[in-house]
Amino acid sequence: MNWFTKLLPSRIRTETSSKKSIPEGLWSKCNACNAVLYRAELERNLNVCPKCDHHMRLGARQRLDQFLDEEPREEIGAGLEPKDVLKFRDLKKYKDRISQAQKNTDEKDALVAMMGRVKGVPLVACAFEFRFMGGSMGAVVGERFVRAVDTAVEHGIPLVCFSASGGARMQEALFSLMQMAKTSAALAMLSKRGVPYISVMTDPTMGGVSASLAMLGDINIAEPNALIGFAGPRVIEQTVRETLPEGFQRSEFLLEHGAIDMIVDRRDMRDKIASLVSMLTRQPAP
Amino acid sequence: MNLNFLDFEQPIAELEAKIDELRYVGSDAEINISEEIARLQAKSRELTESIFSGLSSAQIAQLARHPQRPYFLDYVERIFTDFEELHGDRAFADDAAIVGGVARLDGQPVMLIGQQKGRDTHEKVRRNFGMPRPEGYRKALRLMEMAERFSLPLLTFIDTPGAYPGVGAEERGQSEAIARNLFVMSRLKTPIVCTVIGEGGSGGALAIGVGDRVLMLEYATYSVISPEGCASILWKSADKAAEAAEAMGLTAPRLKELELIDHIVPEPLGGAHRDVDLTAQRLKTALLEQLEHLESLPGDKLLEERYARLMGFGHYSE
Repeated sequence: MNWFTKLLPSRIRTETSSKKSIPEGLWSKCNACNAVLYRAELERNLNVCPKCDHHMRLGARQRLDQFLDEEPREEIGAGLEPKDVLKFRDLKKYKDRISQAQKNTDEKDALVAMMGRVKGVPLVACAFEFRFMGGSMGAVVGERFVRAVDTAVEHGIPLVCFSASGGARMQEALFSLMQMAKTSAALAMLSKRGVPYISVMTDPTMGGVSASLAMLGDINIAEPNALIGFAGPRVIEQTVRETLPEGFQRSEFLLEHGAIDMIVDRRDMRDKIASLVSMLTRQPAP
Repeated sequence: MNLNFLDFEQPIAELEAKIDELRYVGSDAEINISEEIARLQAKSRELTESIFSGLSSAQIAQLARHPQRPYFLDYVERIFTDFEELHGDRAFADDAAIVGGVARLDGQPVMLIGQQKGRDTHEKVRRNFGMPRPEGYRKALRLMEMAERFSLPLLTFIDTPGAYPGVGAEERGQSEAIARNLFVMSRLKTPIVCTVIGEGGSGGALAIGVGDRVLMLEYATYSVISPEGCASILWKSADKAAEAAEAMGLTAPRLKELELIDHIVPEPLGGAHRDVDLTAQRLKTALLEQLEHLESLPGDKLLEERYARLMGFGHYSE
């Protein structure tokens, strides 16, 4: 409310906030090149800007929906829900943050896992929901990931994970740190069984997720221009007291430094991964 | 203000100063004041006991970072014999923030890996304040694999504010280095006992912290992020570090209660730095006890139990 409306006696105030706005969702703006884009066209293009090829962030379900064949799909660990054993409270209660995030995203937690097929090749795929508390990894994310690994082992089919996360979930304190050990141990078991694991890092993949399951792929893939690293750029800037070079911690930087195998455009993801896993499992080309 | 004492210990510091003064007087005066000294010493002890029985999480975090707190190598010289330090990751550099090597524990050969902080300014810089870079973790990895190859039990000692957040560290793959250690430690075919001796800071600590048993010294801390970091993110102000420390529950008793660690090694009254020999002796006893049990397990069983232990971390409802 500005100073003028405050001056007005309440009975002559007119409600202005309910002003008619443009119907939501018809148009979208690219946050890289600012081009105004027709929503339906953008979605057809898998949320990659048709003008500048910027890869926009995707929700977990949207991601899996784009990636997997339509049939069959079977969700893994859907019934798992977070539990606040520490009764953690910062400015808000963790419990309230959970319900808020659940309401906003329609997800129980920040990872969705499914068994399905890509171009007919059976596999298990999971994806992080960044809008759910920054895709942070707590006990439910860890457990769902492990169940995805177990499903892959049980059926002898490859595992693919799309990460998008700020790191460990602080509200679960040391339990969240231990999810790094838990998920990495499960991947060591998967590797011992000779089941391939493809890690796809999307914008952003940082901290505890990057320093565990995301960097442990038999093949590490990144989407173009994704922010990937251990420490956040701001933390590093404060430590070294200099501005960071352009492109630092971006996919292209990681490829140059040998941390990832390749950068794959989202629109080629299905073809590329189906081809890779079929070779690693010594199957005919899909 | 006596720098050997933390702010909340100042009443003890004042009393100790008084005792020192009396001693000084006592040495050149005729009067016998030993009774008075004894009385004050008893009082100082009582005061210490009362202060240390009600420490807050933030105060324990201060103790874990006490400038005189014993570091990894202080324990190595007191607990082990024949320590031979092994250097380098064979690829890039030797990171002085992580020290590793072979040694004997009561005659038995073991592999040691620990984070090392520096005591004076020069050494602090050389050790990078105990914050390892990827080459440090890769040196640790090399030694872990060597321990497995030669069936040496692995003992790790955690004391770091965290992995180093620097440009070079990112370029050389800090994330991958940490992740790889978690991956390998979970399946390493030799008993692993990890002890948090000071600060257990986040992924940088965990990277040498996956094992069959995790011990903590009484006033060590172990957390997913530093209290200051947590406060500045969740409370939007680093001044709330004390509240963050409390909320995260980073102390040994709390973590034991949550079954995230297995055993607490009690420290002498006033903290490990007050009596390093005694702390080392207690730590040695605890290590021997844990190793004896772990070495009695067949290899498969050891790995099975370690895996089950890791899978059990975290609460959720279904």
